[in-house]
This record gives sequence, structure tokens and C-alpha cells, in this order.
Amino acid sequence: MNRALPLLARIAPALLAVATALGLAALVAGFGGRDPGRAVEALLRGSLGSAENVADTIVRAMPLLFTGIAVMLAFRSGIFNIGAEGQFLVGALAAATVATRLGPFPGQALAALIAGVLAGAAWAAVPALFRIRRGVSEVITTILLNFVALYLVSFAVNGPLQEQSRTYPQSDPLPAVAELWRLAPATDDRLHAGIPLALALAVATGALLSRTSLGLRLRAAGLNADAARVAGFPVVRDLALAFALSGAIAGLGGAVELTGVTHRLFEKFSPGYGYTAIAVALLGGLRVPGVVAAALFFAALGAGANLMERSAGVSAVLAVAVQGATLLAVAVMGAPALARWFDRSAEATEPTIPSASSVGATAPPPVPTTEARG
Amino acid sequence: MITDFLASGLALSTPILLAALGELLVERAGVLNIGLEGVMLCGAFAAAVAAPSAGGSVAGVAAAALAGLAVALVFGAVVVRLGADQIIVGTAINLLALGGTGALYRAVYGETGTSLVLPTLPRLRVPLLADIPFAGPILFDQHALVFLGLWLVPLLSLFLGRTGLGLRLRSLGDHPRAAASLGLPVQRDRVVVIALAGILAGLAGAALALSSAGTFVEGVTAGRGFVALAVVVFGRWSPWGVLLGSLLFGVASALQFQFQATAIRIPYQVFLMLPYLLTLAALLLPAGVARAPLALGARYERD
Repeated sequence: MNRALPLLARIAPALLAVATALGLAALVAGFGGRDPGRAVEALLRGSLGSAENVADTIVRAMPLLFTGIAVMLAFRSGIFNIGAEGQFLVGALAAATVATRLGPFPGQALAALIAGVLAGAAWAAVPALFRIRRGVSEVITTILLNFVALYLVSFAVNGPLQEQSRTYPQSDPLPAVAELWRLAPATDDRLHAGIPLALALAVATGALLSRTSLGLRLRAAGLNADAARVAGFPVVRDLALAFALSGAIAGLGGAVELTGVTHRLFEKFSPGYGYTAIAVALLGGLRVPGVVAAALFFAALGAGANLMERSAGVSAVLAVAVQGATLLAVAVMGAPALARWFDRSAEATEPTIPSASSVGATAPPPVPTTEARG
Repeated sequence: MITDFLASGLALSTPILLAALGELLVERAGVLNIGLEGVMLCGAFAAAVAAPSAGGSVAGVAAAALAGLAVALVFGAVVVRLGADQIIVGTAINLLALGGTGALYRAVYGETGTSLVLPTLPRLRVPLLADIPFAGPILFDQHALVFLGLWLVPLLSLFLGRTGLGLRLRSLGDHPRAAASLGLPVQRDRVVVIALAGILAGLAGAALALSSAGTFVEGVTAGRGFVALAVVVFGRWSPWGVLLGSLLFGVASALQFQFQATAIRIPYQVFLMLPYLLTLAALLLPAGVARAPLALGARYERD
């Protein structure tokens, strides 16, 4: 088969994503009677037009990178973690509790981050328990927990964590010791220490998956849980660990966003980062460099969409549609009916998305049932 | 007072009931459509676009059904025909619908912030029955989609449990290979079920946009599609269970409004959270005869 095809297949989703973004922007602008060219120009300028815009894009990419890495780790381990959203939120909630209700004390920022990690891991432990003990797929349980987390945050900022003045549904601002350090306070005070942390974590997660025996076991369980079990791998223990790690990373993302960017907890703290993370992880091919690039791409889209809304009157929410279109394109390209178009050998080295059929496979069989309705 | 409360609880549970009954059929046929929220949202948007026309709320309902059908067919084509992953395509549909309807809404109606006022579905009073004390106003003085939801529960229960077609549908979800070996067109049948569920999800969107509120805002479904997914699990894949779960959510939302109106100091988030926690708790109960369809979510490829 033509050797150019695999390369084309690999970058095609990225090209398609960019084309979709620009095309949809122009289309919706035209539909609403605005200037399509201006919308596209604003989209590009708002994301990459100046050093300030680029910094904005990088800062916006961080929550997507944390949650994207969390989803990547889960998917490669055969876990359909749709719950990065909830894990991100409880991470932020725990961090906000430590940062505004304790202290101030030295090292409070670090304590807040640790609280976020623990909360995220604990939140992911619930679907892990459901799957391991009861054979319940994590798809539904993680979605349920996303909503519980959403209302917990809403309750907190209207109740126990609400600001002293009780004016708005938000927490008090964080004390200075609980904020993450600025990387370059003189030039751009938005760049925070969470950025190198996220990149280091991304690299570490990649190394964990590809260079450690735990990573090998996780990937094996993700590709074929039965084979992993037959090989004598401690599949259940590893599965629990993978859930916890995935949740911990997403929870850390929430804590970093709070201590590094917003400095307050409020309702709608996450505009759906955990769902976008699924698109980030898959567009990135479930590999670290790809996930970093995809997080930056969606962040650029978000930053550009804001300017597009102000200057061309095209709603910024369009960025969400582009995420969906991209994800759909990636899903279609990965579909078996199309996969035969691409070089088999190149395909075999690509990480495999867990199919829903393998999701329940590592769990013990569902509760014994009688075939009463057959 | 209590009748008003229960009547509004039933009306509030209707969008969830309609969407969940459709999803119930799809899941019994072995397909998990996480994109239910998106299908509902497209239905609500279509209803909002069509209802201000001369056709009124009837045109709105028809447009919603068509929109739900169209989006579901996209899902069906990609998932069943191409064999793409169900969870990923479902998530994509949700994002596409949220972004697409939001952007189109602003493009069509501008961002002035004034909310859209839509004609609402007329309430149908069933003669005599509506005069029954207490139960009458709750059950027999509602809009048409409430009646549709309530009628579908026994009908689908009979269909799934007592008819050959129902058995055929269940075979798609439990043993698709066995069904195929008997000569059943598994892929075509699944697409048909997905299409029917799409119509129901579209109607659920119409029930939302054209109910007493009579408006559309971005993301108007506010997670009700996900609620419907949870309700199917809570209801153990049975129409009666789904009805119970939907009513639970509807009453919980009605209670939330009630408590916001009064000074009783229970945080309303507790009511919003409760149904999700109850669903999780329901998953911990012994399953009895109920269980998830065996091949739920599994990719089916023709040999």
C-alpha cells in the first residue's frame, strides 16, 4: 500500500479539525448575515495574533491538558472515564476549601493542590468500586457523578464556602499564599506554575504508560482484559489504580485552575472541560504529544472564538460545535468500516480506543441473573 | 395546592419520560446513545424555530420530531453502519448539538438577551375524567405530550414482553449474533429503533421548549438527556421502572421550585442531586430478574 497513506491518515484529523473550525465559523457568520471573512480573521487573530493572545491560549489549554491526560490514561487502560468533568470540579472544590477555610499558612498552595489530587482520586474511586464489585459500567456512573459534583460546587458557593459578604454565589478570593507562583510576573502575570507542572505530568504519564511494567499491564488490560488476566496480571488492582490516577490528574487540574487562574470558586467553574477532554484525548491519538497539541488547538479555538464573538458577532459557543465535529470525524476515521482503507501495519502501532464491549470485561460477571425474560 | 404540585411534577417529568422510553428501546436493542442530550436539544431548537410560524405549537412538535429523527439517523449511520464507537459518537453529538444550536440561535435571534416567547402546547381537558377529585386535574388536564408519555408506558411494556417484534428487538440487544444467524437484519433493525428513539427524544425537546415556560435558551435541556440515561438504568430497562424514575426526577424538580418559593431552608441543590444519588443507590440493589442487555454498547460487525 502507498506509504504516504498512514502519514496522511495520522494528520488528517488535525487538518480536518482546523478546516472544520474555520469553515463552521464562516458558515454560521454567513447564516447570520455577517461577514464570513471577518469571522475567520478574528478567530485566528484572537488565538495567535499577539504574544498576549498566545499566552491566553496557553493558559486556557491547561485545564484541557490535565483532563485530556486523565482521559488518555483511562482510555488506554480500558476505562471509559466520562467523569473527568466531575473529578475536575471536586478537585477545585477541595482546593478551594483548603485555600479559603484554613490558614493562611506557608505552603498553602501546595496543600490546596494535594487536596485536589486526593479529591479527584476519591471521586474516581466510586465508579471503580461500582465496576469492580458490581460489574456496573463506568460510563453511566461517571456521568451521574459529574452532576453530583456540579451541584456540590453550587451548594458550596451558595452555602459553606460563600464569600463573607454573601453577595454572589462564589467563594472568597484566595489568600496570596494559596495562589500559584507566577512564572514571569514582570511580563505576563497570567502564566502560572501549573503550566510546567502540566507538561511534566503529561510527560510522566506518557513514560508511565510506555516505559514501566505498570504501564504495560494497564495497556494490556485496555487492549484485552481477558488476555491480561490469563497472563497473571493483577487486573483488578491495576484497574483500581488506573481509575484513581485518572481522577487524581483531573482533580489536580481543577486545583491548578483555581489556584493559578480564577483564584475563586464559583458556579459553572468548568464550562465542560471534562467533556472537551474526550475530544482532546482522541484527537491527540491517545499519545502525549498529540494530546498537548490538541489541548492547545481547542484552547486557541476558545480564545479566538471570544474575539470572533466581539468583532464579528458569531457566538463563541460555536467552538463547542467544532469540538463535536472534530470528535465525530475522529470517530468515523477510526471506524472499522473505514479502517481497512489504511495501512494495517501502521494501524497496529496506534493506541486502541477501548470499545464499550471491553469496558465491562475486566469486571466480574454482572450480578447473577435468571433468564426470566428470555 | 398538592394537586397543582403533582400536576406540575408530571409535566416536568414528561420530557425525561419520552426521552428515556426511546433510550430504553435503543438500549434493549444493544445500543447506548450517550448523545441523547444532544438529540433532545436539537428537538427543542427545532420546536423553537418552527413554533412561531403559522403552524404554531403543532408545527413546533412536528419539526422537533423531524430534527430528532435526523440527528438520530446520523448517530445510527455512523455507529451501526460504519461501526464507530458509540460512546465517542454520542459525546460528539452532544458537543455538536450544544455548539450548533447555541450558535444558530444567536445567529437567528441575535444576542439581545430578550428571551424568546413561544406558543405553548394547549392543555387538553378530558371531559368528565378531569373532574375526578384530586386525580382528575393531575392526570387528565395536561398537554398532548404528557398523555403520549403515559400511554407509551403500558404499550411499550406489552410490546417488549408480549409480542414477537418485542422479542426480536430484545434479541438484538442480548444476542445479536444469534439474531443474525436466524436471518434477522441486525444492523437495519437497530437503525430503525435508533430512528424511533430519535423521534421520541425530539418530542421530549418539544415538550421542554413548548411547555408552560414556552421558551428556548442555549443548552435548555440542562442535562435532562443525561437524566434520561440515568432513568433507564434506574428503571432497570423496564418501561414501568422508567416511569417511576422519571416521576422521581419530575417531582424532585417541582419540589426544588417549591422550596425556592418558600423560606424553608433546605438547599435546593440537595433536590437536584438526589435523583442522581438515588440512581447510584439503585445500581447497588440486587438486580433480581432485571439486568442490562447482554450486548449493550458492544460493537456489532457483520461477518
